[in-house]
Amino acid sequence: MMVTGILKRGEYFDSVSLMLIAKKISELDIVLDSAAVMGTPENIALLKSSGLLTDELQNAGDMDLMIAFKCNSQNESDLISKKINEFLKKSSDEIESPGSQNPSSLESAIKILPDANLAMISVAGKYAGDEAMKALQSGLNVMLFSDNVSIEKEIELKKFAREKGLFVMGPDCGTAIINGVPLAFANVVNRGNIGIIAASGTGLQEVSCLISNSGCGISQAIGTGGRDVKKEVGGIMFLEGIKALAEDKNTEVILSVSKPPADEVLIKVVELVNTIEKPIVGVFLNASIDLLKQSKINIAKTLEEGALLAVAYSQKKNNKEVTKRINVREGELQRIAESESSKLNADQKYLRALFSGGTFCDETQMFFQKMSEEVFSNTPVGTVIKLKDIWKSEKHTIIDLGDDEFTVGKPHPMIDYSTRNKRILAEANDPETAVILLDIVLGYGSNLNPLAEIIPVIKEVKKLTSQQKKYLPVICSVTGTEKDPQNRTTVVVALEAEGVLVMESNAAASKLAKFLIEKKR
Amino acid sequence: MNKLFESELKVINIGLKSFKETLDEQKVQSVQVDWKPPLISDSSSFDVIRKYSDKIEDANKEALKRILNSKPVLVGMGKAIDVIPGMKKNLLLHAGPPIVWDKMCGPMKGAVIGALIYEGFAKTYDEAEKVAASGKIEFSPCHEHATVGPMAGIVSPSMPVFILENEEFGNKAFCTMNEGLGKVLRYGAYDESVIGRLRWMENVLYPSLKKAIDKIGKIDLKNIIAQALHMGDEVHNRNRAATSLLYRILAPVIVEVNEKDAAISTLNFINSNDHFFLNLSMGVSKVSLDAARNIENSSIVVVMARNGTEFGIQLSGTGDQWFTGISPIPEALYFTGYTKDDANPDIGDSSITETNGLGGFAIAASPAIVQFVGGSTNDAVNYTLKMYEITTAENNIYKIPYLNFRGTPTGIDVIKVIEKNILPFIDTGVAHKNAGIGQIGAGVLEAPADPFKKAFIGFANQLKNN
Repeated sequence: MMVTGILKRGEYFDSVSLMLIAKKISELDIVLDSAAVMGTPENIALLKSSGLLTDELQNAGDMDLMIAFKCNSQNESDLISKKINEFLKKSSDEIESPGSQNPSSLESAIKILPDANLAMISVAGKYAGDEAMKALQSGLNVMLFSDNVSIEKEIELKKFAREKGLFVMGPDCGTAIINGVPLAFANVVNRGNIGIIAASGTGLQEVSCLISNSGCGISQAIGTGGRDVKKEVGGIMFLEGIKALAEDKNTEVILSVSKPPADEVLIKVVELVNTIEKPIVGVFLNASIDLLKQSKINIAKTLEEGALLAVAYSQKKNNKEVTKRINVREGELQRIAESESSKLNADQKYLRALFSGGTFCDETQMFFQKMSEEVFSNTPVGTVIKLKDIWKSEKHTIIDLGDDEFTVGKPHPMIDYSTRNKRILAEANDPETAVILLDIVLGYGSNLNPLAEIIPVIKEVKKLTSQQKKYLPVICSVTGTEKDPQNRTTVVVALEAEGVLVMESNAAASKLAKFLIEKKR
Repeated sequence: MNKLFESELKVINIGLKSFKETLDEQKVQSVQVDWKPPLISDSSSFDVIRKYSDKIEDANKEALKRILNSKPVLVGMGKAIDVIPGMKKNLLLHAGPPIVWDKMCGPMKGAVIGALIYEGFAKTYDEAEKVAASGKIEFSPCHEHATVGPMAGIVSPSMPVFILENEEFGNKAFCTMNEGLGKVLRYGAYDESVIGRLRWMENVLYPSLKKAIDKIGKIDLKNIIAQALHMGDEVHNRNRAATSLLYRILAPVIVEVNEKDAAISTLNFINSNDHFFLNLSMGVSKVSLDAARNIENSSIVVVMARNGTEFGIQLSGTGDQWFTGISPIPEALYFTGYTKDDANPDIGDSSITETNGLGGFAIAASPAIVQFVGGSTNDAVNYTLKMYEITTAENNIYKIPYLNFRGTPTGIDVIKVIEKNILPFIDTGVAHKNAGIGQIGAGVLEAPADPFKKAFIGFANQLKNN
């Protein structure tokens, strides 16, 4: 095996072109592994950690394009290099094709659309902060999709925005639904009277879909970026978002979703909420809830429970029904677990959960806090232990494949399934794997044809396990709606046809996985 | 309180194009920004510039007011030695930023040789070369003497020059008469035919034209350019309309004030050279931009010029300081028999027209020469549209019919060039890299980044000291 590095000095490509190029390279049969990234110090470090850094790439600068790939021979390397040059040429042709000229700057864009009220920013993090500030200064709200924006910049932006009565959603905000329009990674949901404020992108997608699938709808869904609720930022936008929803005449119920906020932030949230008349539901995954006991917030333990409680308030129903409904469902899950576990052999003991949604990885870990055997993750929470090697599972393993270490030079796993697909096969081959737990996230931004990616792998797993004369249950939650471009029912039916146990939420899927492991003992 | 929830969502998308596609599907009004990272990633210069942004804005407004209000008129002619400030017997002016003999490119050396022979400093190439290298001859940029010259831009003491005056601000500018195409001094040719033509221009053309201009009094050149833009010129690579308009003004008077033979040869010479007006459009630009020099805190570019080795720029707010980088070889259409390998790096003061909102910046007005910019009128329109991104104003006089008479993009702001990573777009002729062969093509180029980066940093440093 050999690694080849190609350095293109001074050739800037925007991230989406890079993703397309990276995807085309990885689709070449003879390429074993590859990356196409700009030569920032962070990217050089990432290439190094994935064994793709060659001598010529060591000295790359911010404005240089780095392409690295592994293959088996010099002949293959030459062939691949030739292909890459074709991809690059095509890509730059596409960019420079004449026609209606797009503006090159925010200020020119404003001349074209003078009453614009939102800037969506997804350029590289080191520049994104300045672009966001320009947008705020021009009176635009900001959705900052980019990550790697410094925390100092985030605080500066958010304080400035608060002064001007504007939103800064992000940095690292992947999802929002404003005035019924899904932005970036978001689903097509019903409009309704539930307003969502979320410091978690996948969390927002999950609750908004569950609400919509229950027949209720969303007034607004504001993302804040995960760091907003940390001590340094102090929940500036989380609090501003709650205030905005409290004042919004179309919002009757407020649902707040976050990983555990800093105590200081939680105290401010509680104080604010106590001044608000509208019912408010809170999902603070893995939070110690002592601080919340005295507050008006109706605490939900899971994203699903949060969504169902919000639905109950929205329909002015008793929230006891939610507990009842979840309890009834638990009975069903127990029965399925019973029958599934009976098909396992003695060696099959462990959960292998492979997530594309980071919040799901956290939520599932919450269910697996007190296991008799150790639980590992690349992003551990609570009693879960950090994996020594992210590429190798140990005992119970719960992985977020959207974490930076997995995505160097590759699109997010909600778009590009290839890394997870390889991992699914590896887990299926492991005699100790008792159950595979997956998520599939639909909606805009995600892969538009997920079945083409996942079904062949499921078939492969079945072939492999039958050769090994074992049974391996695959559980999967599908986050999406009927109105999503992928259509949730189509995806669910196809998965079930392949014997996948499809659940309506990640909470249900995680519980089923847990029951199954417990029955096995 | 935030009005977002009560308003129709309208989005500006900076980055991933797929987000814009999603918005299109949702029928949400949105605009995609084709964003590029700034040319300089070090933030300290940006911090200084942000701090002084109000002062810079005021200074740039003043600079643009002066450029736009300039009234360039042709007022007469004279010998370089008599009219150009600082001109002396042993001085040769050249295009672009300062350069020494050893560093000059082929065509510029050839033009120097020709000028030395023309001035009688030498009789042969070898003699002239020795004189040029001896140190007895001084070299200085045209731009430092209120003068501009196309290609090599050599101006020697005996050469006749046009005198332009900026009626609004009183400053003057000077330029030679265009020699026509083929073997000419400005492309580095120096044989007998070249010297002979220069002498004819001095002895016949000059007096004949001078008499005519004196009789007319003054000619409004700004007006001619404004009309020429409506007739398909951008007055850099195409000057056919402007030359014709000037010819209409001059012809009757040339006939009136000259002997028949002189009048005939003068009119035939102008008529046979579509680029006769080029030197004047450069002079107009020079005399307009010079009025905007030395405005404290102004980041407006007042000179872009090339000497065939280096590309140099000057800013209003940084005085006489040159910021330079290597001059690039243009993307061009080559005349039969020549290729890019034969091309000299870009040369000449003619990029003063772009600096003044003409030439490449006005190419949307000139569909006849779009083959130089990629073949379609759409390309030409896009180039002009892009230049609005890096300029401060839309011209009040120079307008483009196709763009609903929008004023040409005028007043390059070095801050915008750096922030948006968009470099000025220049129309140009291409000289053969060897002296004496002449023009081998025409095309376009993007100005090199280095001079702008250096100017940006130099400007930021200057702000700190002001």
